[in-house]
Amino acid sequence: MSALLDVDQLMDKLEAGLRGLLNERGIESPVLIGIRTGGVWVADIIGKRLGIEEPFGELDISFYRDDFSRIGLNPKVTPSSLPFDTEGRDIILVDDVIMSGRTIRAAMNELFDYGRPASIILATLIDLGARELPIQPDVAGQSLTLGMQQRVKLRGPDPLRIELQETEQ
Amino acid sequence: MTANAASPNHLQLTRDGQLRHFLTLDGLGRELLTDILDTADSFIEVGERSIKKVPLLRGRTVVNLFFEASTRTRSTFELAAKRLSADVLNLDINTSATSKGESLSDTLLNLEAMASDMFVVRHAQSGAPHFIAQSVTPGVAIINAGDGRHAHPTQAMLDMLTIRQHKGGFEGLKVAIVGDILHSRVARSQIRALNELGAEQIRVIAPGTLLPRDVESLGCTVEYDMARGMKDLDVVIMLRLQKERMEGALLPSEREFYRLYGLSQDKLALAHPECIVMHPGPINRGVEIESAVADGPQSVILNQVTNGIAIRMAVMSMAMGGQVAERQQKLNELSGLNERGLA
Repeated sequence: MSALLDVDQLMDKLEAGLRGLLNERGIESPVLIGIRTGGVWVADIIGKRLGIEEPFGELDISFYRDDFSRIGLNPKVTPSSLPFDTEGRDIILVDDVIMSGRTIRAAMNELFDYGRPASIILATLIDLGARELPIQPDVAGQSLTLGMQQRVKLRGPDPLRIELQETEQ
Repeated sequence: MTANAASPNHLQLTRDGQLRHFLTLDGLGRELLTDILDTADSFIEVGERSIKKVPLLRGRTVVNLFFEASTRTRSTFELAAKRLSADVLNLDINTSATSKGESLSDTLLNLEAMASDMFVVRHAQSGAPHFIAQSVTPGVAIINAGDGRHAHPTQAMLDMLTIRQHKGGFEGLKVAIVGDILHSRVARSQIRALNELGAEQIRVIAPGTLLPRDVESLGCTVEYDMARGMKDLDVVIMLRLQKERMEGALLPSEREFYRLYGLSQDKLALAHPECIVMHPGPINRGVEIESAVADGPQSVILNQVTNGIAIRMAVMSMAMGGQVAERQQKLNELSGLNERGLA
């Protein structure tokens, strides 16, 4: 099974949801931060759609993961890059998929080491449920419940496509 | 990656090739050295944040075990451990237990009893960190902060990071190491790293009395004449004249040494115009290097110090990561055996 979900449709929903929320909260100049790797691709597209001209930031959460004491350090860490001061800003934090919520916890811990943002909105392209922490996206392109053997993965960056895979056993 | 009992990697790498101690660059391949440099790049970015700290070693205890005096290395190791959120204990053994007659093994047993997770070891005896790594409790990581004339791997790696930052890579680079090669553990580690990372030419420039016998076997060429050696250089690394280690007539006089091998502006002008000047510190102005060069536009000496923190954060977190991953793997295997009723 593959390409069950249409990326453009999900982006449409994510864009509409974000526009509504920004409007409702009266946020005029948000900045985008994508979580590597998939979240960065989504942030790039959403930024263009929302007409945000400020370059987006990229977070590599390797130093903040909660499984260091089980698996050690990710050998392929790359520097995070936030080309703006986060202090007092309204941030849209973007990831491709949310499941346990652990990645978002790590990302928020990292974000606060750069300063104190005014607010953070969490936007994900796909919400797979199966949460292990009390963290929920404010906007999601699509909610999805996977079977035990199913896995979903965003491939990209060009073209961006969603793969739904059946695993063995 | 294969590791046999005789290679240093048997000790410093896990079965799947992750770092678990950092003792020497011998036997570490280009890929792992590059991983260390890449990880350090990420820690440089951390050093630019308003909060320069990550939680990787939170709740772990790092002991700086210095059997030999050092300011720069010890303070950058201390800062590195603190920026990784570890608790840090600094022990200057010269003025401590060993002077009361306690043996190295007993000192270590006591420190292990304080639930230490990592020892950063500097020792005048070559091989002391190896010895400790062999006898230490499993799960405790050992980092070599300089042992005798043998190795100073974190210094060499911070130098590699500095070169990569300024030159973009190592391909085609001509590098010279100048001065007291004989007493230098730094030079040995640098030559090893430069060869592994693919520098084109590595020259050592020194008087015969300050060269170890058979130095070419380390993978470098020898030049006695500094003017010839400086030609077309991309990187020149000056070494400190280790006056405290000089025995007998290795050196005519400091003035004579400076005239022949000191890095003056005139001599630097013979190198490539964009040649960078490095020195592991502490510098002896007017002995190895002219002040105008040390403070000049081609000098990257202070970059080296900043990079030292990032490299030490990288090596410490990678070695600790290797230890915890290995421990978890063993636990998993044990529980697998339990499930099958074999243990």
